Amino acid sequence: MSDIHSDAAIVEKPGRRTVEFDSHAINFGPQHPAAHGVLRLILEMDGEVVERADPHIGLLHRGTEKLMEYRTYIQNVPYFDRLDYVSPMCEEHTFVLAVEKLLGIEVPERAQWIRTMFAEITRVLNHLLNVTTYALDVGAITPSLWGFEEREKLMEFHEAASGARLHANYFRPGGVNRDLPAGLTDRIAEWAETFPKFVDDLTVLLTTNRIWLQRLVDIGVISAEDALAWGFSGPCLRASGVPWDLRRAQPYDKYAEVEFDIPVGRNGDCYDRYLVRMAEMRESVKIIKQCLAKMQPGPIKVRDNKFTPPPRAEMKRSMEALIHHFKLFTEGFHVPSGATYTATESPKGEFGVYLVADGTNRPYRCKIRPTGFAFLQAMDKLANRHMLADTVAIIGSLDIVFGEIDR
Amino acid sequence: MAFLDRTARSMLLGELVAGLVLTLRYFFTRKATINYPYEKGPISPRFKGEHALRRYPNGEERCIACKLCEAICPAQAITIEAEPRDDGSRRTTRYDIDMTKCIYCGLCEESCPVDAIVEGPNFEFATETREELMYDKAKLLSNGDRWEPELSRRLEMDAPYR
Repeated sequence: MSDIHSDAAIVEKPGRRTVEFDSHAINFGPQHPAAHGVLRLILEMDGEVVERADPHIGLLHRGTEKLMEYRTYIQNVPYFDRLDYVSPMCEEHTFVLAVEKLLGIEVPERAQWIRTMFAEITRVLNHLLNVTTYALDVGAITPSLWGFEEREKLMEFHEAASGARLHANYFRPGGVNRDLPAGLTDRIAEWAETFPKFVDDLTVLLTTNRIWLQRLVDIGVISAEDALAWGFSGPCLRASGVPWDLRRAQPYDKYAEVEFDIPVGRNGDCYDRYLVRMAEMRESVKIIKQCLAKMQPGPIKVRDNKFTPPPRAEMKRSMEALIHHFKLFTEGFHVPSGATYTATESPKGEFGVYLVADGTNRPYRCKIRPTGFAFLQAMDKLANRHMLADTVAIIGSLDIVFGEIDR
Repeated sequence: MAFLDRTARSMLLGELVAGLVLTLRYFFTRKATINYPYEKGPISPRFKGEHALRRYPNGEERCIACKLCEAICPAQAITIEAEPRDDGSRRTTRYDIDMTKCIYCGLCEESCPVDAIVEGPNFEFATETREELMYDKAKLLSNGDRWEPELSRRLEMDAPYR
């Protein structure tokens, strides 16, 4: 803890010196475990009440956007895994959709179903981490231990499809990398049957728990107008009562063909944000089941070898395929000049990519619209006149991840 | 009535007891943890772990120094130098992977036209010094020799999807 001496009134009396402080400033983070990464929050306190919250960001800045200008489009996909490292496939989804829009290619049906399904699996993965570690932040250890068991199952699905538990590099411009291995859909279907039971258990632990309610209800309230004005999206906006979901408003891939409800809160406090996430997990399971039911065998990437590598067997037989293979892995593909803003509903909210192509094999500019940035800028408004311990609850409810905020 | 109901629920610690009963039930269910160094989680044939350079069954190294992996590597972790060997065939004289730079994206394996560089199932290659993670050709080939039965089995299992 460090003091700020600016407001100190120094009263000189003969023989003794009294110093009075009006406010204290506290450094919350960047190493604080409840800061969810490397958030440095400078809190000006009045006793234990927060007068002003000033988030300092940039400690995890890696220059992703600039680095992307020096990589081909295929090489850029792994960068998106590492933006919001809690929901890697959803971030890839935005980028590949943006590239596909500029290329003007239509992705095969099966690839769209696979991508929709894995985007929803990733959503559950993200919400599980958020809700359970949120409980950890406000004092409950059990949910995170149970939740990680479920996360482990989901990460095995990720690993079975892509080969990596987290940094998948699975979605590609023009489809997905490889088809789902045999038996994976059965395992996912099995999991989708048992998972709602786990959400029920989590509900028993948290939803009516008096400590949980005391820590969350009426904390960090934001009205629908304010939430819109601050650029909120995703569960944080829906908790304030705005039924805005990009999956419904501008459906991409197969979201137009699946049935799901959009949970909406009423009060816009931390508790409603928690409830919306819990409800969204159940909706995601519904979508996953529909994806499994509607998925048909078929190609999983565009057949045009200008954009996707040919099958290995063909590459070893055919000279033309080999040339395409070499061309694609050295030079990549050229994207016609143009610009697009493509946004998807990532688990945290609207995640957008503004991609400018200049006809070469590399992006001219790629601006990433991170979701958490908007939440963090409202931190001062949300935490105003709350207790110090409530800032922890507010940060947890916003679901911020610094990989995407600092980029 | 609602007041009575609420007060009764509050005084009887209803939701806390329900939570404790649930934790007690979990206490008697099967453990989810595994005894790590002796038991390990399942790994699919696609797992992207430690790299290895493979050989043909006759002992000849597969890599032909086409440098596709070097070109595609987003982290620029691979360095290759090559010149014709005495028998006239083109082979690498240097094949280095900086494992501290590698991001395990799997693009090198995807790009390799002769299945030479692969990412194997091994994820336990932590070292005490950073220098040990600068893999050279000898280290990668020895990895390949050590893991070959497993590597070829994995490639065979995943072949229909590639």
